[in-house]
Amino acid sequence: MTITQTRRRFLARLLAIGVLALSPLKLLARNQPAFAAEEVDATLQALLGDKPLVNSTDIMLKVPNIAENGAVVPVTVTTTIANVERISLIVDGNPNPLSASFRLFPGAAADIATRLKVGKSSDVRAIVETATTAFFTSKNVKVTIGGCGG
Amino acid sequence: MAAKKIKLRAKIKNGVAQVKTLMPHPMETGVRKADDGALIPAHYIQKVTCERNGQVVVEADWGASVSRDPYFAFKVNDAVPGDTIKVSWVDNLGESSSGEVTLK
Repeated sequence: MTITQTRRRFLARLLAIGVLALSPLKLLARNQPAFAAEEVDATLQALLGDKPLVNSTDIMLKVPNIAENGAVVPVTVTTTIANVERISLIVDGNPNPLSASFRLFPGAAADIATRLKVGKSSDVRAIVETATTAFFTSKNVKVTIGGCGG
Repeated sequence: MAAKKIKLRAKIKNGVAQVKTLMPHPMETGVRKADDGALIPAHYIQKVTCERNGQVVVEADWGASVSRDPYFAFKVNDAVPGDTIKVSWVDNLGESSSGEVTLK
């Protein structure tokens, strides 16, 4: 084997290793600006970009009217909108409004539930995105004990 | 500190698997103070991946405002007994954990 051949093989392997090393990074891609945003408008901008955002009655957002403990507020989102790609939860009054963003792949139903911290009484928004449009609905939660103090 | 295992429950109803998970985790926001006034550093789950038979169905990005010991429920369509559901998380310190359940 000539030196050129070995060199080619070596370079090809190096490239393969590089691609392998990079792929988990792509998988882990996280919209950090959206999570770091401190205002709702900035959060929406970082999350949606230019995607139109419209109010929708096809999203069922279930949150308690009054939360006795802001540290644990159950939130359920279901929707009849077809081809949902992502569901995001925003708590307007939190220091970083974006709480969670769920990407749905084929096989997943647009029906999720979790529990969030809600620092003070504020609106909770559910944003449901298809490939072209973002739909939202919101509901107010009154918190009687803070969620961030503990 | 070894991360605790995810607790998973799943059942099939009319072909749809309802999966409920509990992930023991402190979910520190980084703005809370300890008794001595020192800030407790942020420590929270950033990514949750849910797979059915090795294929990703839901992938979640979380901020620190998900409650401590997070609860997360999701549904998987066209579920059949024998399907395996795997849920795993990675936090901002690089710790991780996972849990798996086979549908009955």
